[in-house]
Amino acid sequence: MAKITLDRLRHSYMPNPQGAEDWALKEMTQELEDGGAYALLGPSGCGKTTLLNLISGLLRPTVGRILFDDADVTGATPEQRNIAQVFQFPVIYDTMTVYDNLAFPLRNRGVPAAEIDKRVREVGAMLDLGHMLKKRASGLTADGKQKISLGRGLVRSDVNVIMFDEPLTVIDPHLKWVLRSKLKELHHRIRRTMIYVTHDQTEALTFADQVVVMNNGEVVQVGTPVDLFERPAHTFVGHFIGSPGMNVLPCSLDGGRVDFMGQPVETLGTVQASSGNGKLELGVRPEFTRFDSIGIPVEIVKAADVGRFRIVETRHREHRIRLLVPEGQPMPSGHAYVRFDPKHTHVYRDGWLVN
Amino acid sequence: MYKQLNQKAWFLVAPVVALVAFNAIIPLMTVVNFSVQETFGDNVFFWAGVDWFEQVLHSSRFHDALLRQILFTAIILLIEVPLGLIVALAMPRKGPWVSVCLVTMALPLLIPWNVVGAMWNIFALPEIGLMGKGLRSLGFDFNYTRQPLTAWFTVVLMDVWHWTSLVVLLCYAGLVSIPNDYYQAAKIDGASAWSVFRYIQLPKLKRVLTIAILLRFMDSFMIYTEVVVLTGGGPGNSTTFLSIDLVKMALGQFDLGPAAAMSLIYFLIILLLSWLFYTVMTRNEAR
Repeated sequence: MAKITLDRLRHSYMPNPQGAEDWALKEMTQELEDGGAYALLGPSGCGKTTLLNLISGLLRPTVGRILFDDADVTGATPEQRNIAQVFQFPVIYDTMTVYDNLAFPLRNRGVPAAEIDKRVREVGAMLDLGHMLKKRASGLTADGKQKISLGRGLVRSDVNVIMFDEPLTVIDPHLKWVLRSKLKELHHRIRRTMIYVTHDQTEALTFADQVVVMNNGEVVQVGTPVDLFERPAHTFVGHFIGSPGMNVLPCSLDGGRVDFMGQPVETLGTVQASSGNGKLELGVRPEFTRFDSIGIPVEIVKAADVGRFRIVETRHREHRIRLLVPEGQPMPSGHAYVRFDPKHTHVYRDGWLVN
Repeated sequence: MYKQLNQKAWFLVAPVVALVAFNAIIPLMTVVNFSVQETFGDNVFFWAGVDWFEQVLHSSRFHDALLRQILFTAIILLIEVPLGLIVALAMPRKGPWVSVCLVTMALPLLIPWNVVGAMWNIFALPEIGLMGKGLRSLGFDFNYTRQPLTAWFTVVLMDVWHWTSLVVLLCYAGLVSIPNDYYQAAKIDGASAWSVFRYIQLPKLKRVLTIAILLRFMDSFMIYTEVVVLTGGGPGNSTTFLSIDLVKMALGQFDLGPAAAMSLIYFLIILLLSWLFYTVMTRNEAR
């Protein structure tokens, strides 16, 4: 069990990184609390697996340090760091039984047989594998195999952190939900630090207490799922999280007042006019946008019924504004007016939240 | 719902049946024809029943050739399979050396078999060959044209040189297809290099190893060209393997009946052993 500190960490897969695009992971300083459930969320190629492999020790950072509690582990091997990792594709030892698979990490470390037996049975029961311990591991289904991968991390009582690299990719959709709740339940039970890498926002938001959103090799925002939803720190977070994503519209600043295409818009807090130049944008989620009798005139383009609500796409000149209309609520047609909820309307300068 | 029996489908398979008939069944049947009859030429045949089979099965000449054959195949399998595996494990997985290694490995396989025999014949000549002369000057009494033991040594060495590459290439292909995740997981589980080999690489290589062993078994059991060019089956009969013996009998002595009987017995032995190998090696997968 350990607090993980990433100190000015950078990584490049090239021998001599020059420009910014050579860095797979741009400089980051981050602290991960002991016992927390974290998710690294971002699109493919954003550097989240690189970060995970740096923490696990499968990669050595080009620049920077990694600390577990106060010990510098930058140069330590995965074994020395005492971590566990579950990979995208289940890794099992084909020729062994489920029992031997779970016992393998302990046997490699020379743990006494009686202790191994106790731990394996405990973990087997925890993962609902108890009745198939004597079976050959290769005969199990994908979710069973993934449980074994996880189990090999859990049997060691002293692991510092358990990492998951998109572990549900090959699992059938109806079992994903089961395994996800199992993970959450396990975390509550054993309170180990867990880091979960995924590009699926549902997985990240349901699993983690703290979500680290990454894009282009840098951390864009760290926050609780609620933070990410209500106060996206970057327009990328607004886009990436939520379905549909946040409306991002150009705006201008007129002495502390925010204007969208000549219309004044109320926002949360005030924006400092002096805080530099740069492209200003307005961000408001479809959930906090509604039709009204006054406001921004729009034309309705299309509506999609997704069950409990409808996603309505409207247009103000060339700008698309989407909103959610709950089921059963009347919906205007043709021309209408929309209004933004001031408490959930944010202003971004060059993509970053400023109000 | 009933499945409709459609006999018209036979028309679609007919071309394949005809092709197989011409290149396998008909030649095989002529051999069967020879094996049960006696002929003195002029297309005159006399019924011989199973006489030729009895004669071949009881002849010490056949027993000796079969024993030599089994010994040879066993030796080269015991050398080539582990050696091929070791070489494949030692080969680099990425970088510029991969193609260098692969091409070097493929070279022996590209050389025509009689050329391999000729190369080794000259290479091992006791008076002028690099290996023969070299071994002699080191104090070894090496003369493969006179001593059965050194003849065997040369034949085995030649086969190892010629065919280990095949095992290497098959094993290498199998090794490369193991996802990196396995190695990373093993590292995290604290597995030793031996454990990685025993529990990850070896199980994942099972299929290619099965194929490698089967191919090497069948090929070595039918070895002919290289040995004929190298030793001609000698000295004496010491390197006369089954196929060499068969050719001597059929084309040297023109004993068509016994030769045909021997061909069939030979064929059945290979079929039986291949089936045995395959069944034993894939037994675990059915479970």
